[in-house]
Amino acid sequence: MSHKTKKQGHQRAQLSKSPTGIQGLDEVTGGGLPKGRPTLVAGGAGCGKTLFGMEFLVQGARQYNEPGLFVSFEENSRELTKNFSSLGYDLNELVARKKLILDHVYIERSEIEVTGEYDLEGLFVRLQSLIDSIGAKRIVLDTIETLFSALPNEGILRAELRRLFRWLKAKGLTAIITAEKGDGDLTRHGLEEYVSDCVIALDHLVTDLVATRRMRIVKYRGSSHGTNEYPFLIDDTGISVLPITSVELRHAASTERISSGITTLDAMLGGKGYYRGSSILVSGTAGTGKTSMAAHFADSVCRRGERCLYLAFEESENQIIRNMRSIGIDIEQWTRRGRLTIHAARPTMYGLEMHLARIHRLIEDIKPHAILFDPITNLMAVAGANEVKAMLTRLIDYLKLKKITAFFTNLSQQHMLEQTDLAVSSLMDTWISLRDIELGGERNRGLYVLKSRGMEHSNQIREFLLTDKGIDLIDVYKGGENVLTGSARAAQEARELSEETLRSEEIERKKRELARKRQAIEAQVAALQSQYEAEEEELNVNLGELKLKKQVVQEDQKKMSLRREHDAGARTNKSRSGRPVK
Amino acid sequence: MKKTDTIKSVRSRSRKTTTKTAKTKKRIVPEELWDLRLYVAGQTPKSLAAFANLKRICEEHLAGKYKIEIIDLMKNPQLARGDQILAMPTLVRKLPPPIKKLIGDLSNTERVIVGLDIRPAR
Repeated sequence: MSHKTKKQGHQRAQLSKSPTGIQGLDEVTGGGLPKGRPTLVAGGAGCGKTLFGMEFLVQGARQYNEPGLFVSFEENSRELTKNFSSLGYDLNELVARKKLILDHVYIERSEIEVTGEYDLEGLFVRLQSLIDSIGAKRIVLDTIETLFSALPNEGILRAELRRLFRWLKAKGLTAIITAEKGDGDLTRHGLEEYVSDCVIALDHLVTDLVATRRMRIVKYRGSSHGTNEYPFLIDDTGISVLPITSVELRHAASTERISSGITTLDAMLGGKGYYRGSSILVSGTAGTGKTSMAAHFADSVCRRGERCLYLAFEESENQIIRNMRSIGIDIEQWTRRGRLTIHAARPTMYGLEMHLARIHRLIEDIKPHAILFDPITNLMAVAGANEVKAMLTRLIDYLKLKKITAFFTNLSQQHMLEQTDLAVSSLMDTWISLRDIELGGERNRGLYVLKSRGMEHSNQIREFLLTDKGIDLIDVYKGGENVLTGSARAAQEARELSEETLRSEEIERKKRELARKRQAIEAQVAALQSQYEAEEEELNVNLGELKLKKQVVQEDQKKMSLRREHDAGARTNKSRSGRPVK
Repeated sequence: MKKTDTIKSVRSRSRKTTTKTAKTKKRIVPEELWDLRLYVAGQTPKSLAAFANLKRICEEHLAGKYKIEIIDLMKNPQLARGDQILAMPTLVRKLPPPIKKLIGDLSNTERVIVGLDIRPAR
């Protein structure tokens, strides 16, 4: 007790809670069951009430060091131990360590005769001594209602039960009281009247042959709690509740980009690929290459050295490996190295909640960086579209919180390509649509990015080719009225190529012609030049002759005048001797 | 009904003759030993009433052939578990077999007589 109050003190001022250790339940209840108070767990036969109670005690003993007392009014200790050993609980070991007491309260109506006033003090004394013997902090009464059939005089019994619950509360024991579901009422004997702090209803619904366990917190005095019906499951490790709706939209968005595994697709997505932690939907009709895209992505995740979880709802592991090898992707190397885990299961194998819980378990175990669902539409075989959508919503929120990139494939119907059966498209960050393009007697695959939040992305339709080296995206022929794919595109491209060739030949020819012209002109220029030179030469010659003639004339004149001066005086002698050259 | 009773009492007699007679302090007819245990939780009005009622009925119907053991669970709480006792007070008929449990303060004499399967006084 003193230990408890201490703990209570530093935990929270208002209502302290006792963690159940049941996966998910503590999240829904915001920390566990009300500490030191009784909680009613009601449900029909086979709902898991006993298991719920036992897990509460076992986890309490193992994780929180709170010893527990299990008072069974139905099964004896040996049966209980046997039943729970199949769930991996070694009750004997806990009993031996004085962490747990199993007590079987057994009443045989036929042995009992009521002879007057009585009370249940014997039970109180008994519980008290058991509680004291191990210092129990938790107690489970399973199912105390059997007293109603074993003991007559309901009036006394009710009064005594009320006293019992008060007594438990006064002792500060965190108690679970299980009760059978009644007709229309929560419990057959109206126990909810006495246990009013916390009431949890368990249910077991069967829809379309698939059973779903559900849990709902009907009431939790003094505490806020999730009010939904939460699916829960019981498997070989106990109970887990799937509380994912309690998650709020507050995940941090990563700006890191990761490759889609297809270089050309990365280019369409702003050149970098998807955001880490985003959700990607690839939708398309049958045979459009959804699984191949998934395999590409898985391959690129593993190539980066990260872990990847592949949930296949249609094909077996071997089949996927074989098929992907045919397009040149060896994913077996990753499974061998432990980076890729392929978990193949038919959706109809178990209920939706079981799938979800398994996925959770796998995520907890593997801690993958990316997870692939191929295809999500198959889950509709298990539950209605609404439920699947709800499940996916929770799952996506959960994955985003964990920064796990989620890749979903969706098998679309031909008539509703831009719409998913599950209407989950709004949950997706990136939606890639694959479609068949029928043209010229051929069926080809086309790919386009329908949306991609928070990044630039191509608005183009690309032709999607599955080659032996994986997926290749090529531009479709866009021209004229139609986009052309396949051989039509090839033909068009060939045509364009020949036109192109013709055009370039023409250019070459023109160029050559030009060159020839230039040559011709240059030749002409040369001819003119030489002609000019010839004329120039001739003119020069003439000019020389003319000069010579002029000189000769001058000489003659001088000679003449000299002769005349010779006659007249000696002055002109000088000039005659001054010009001796000519 | 009577036939089965006689058979049982015969059986119990054959066993009892050797073992139980030595133990009992009172003078008893061996074949008619009534081994009764009254479980109480402290000296409550109910337990006192039960003891008084039991004593009276035994004296009246089983004079000289009964033994009453009072077990106070307050002193021996672990016995509540071993004997599967819930209600207080509880009277257990250990002998003759089969074991019978009577709960309540034994104020309803008719029911006590029926419950203990005591044949009408001779």
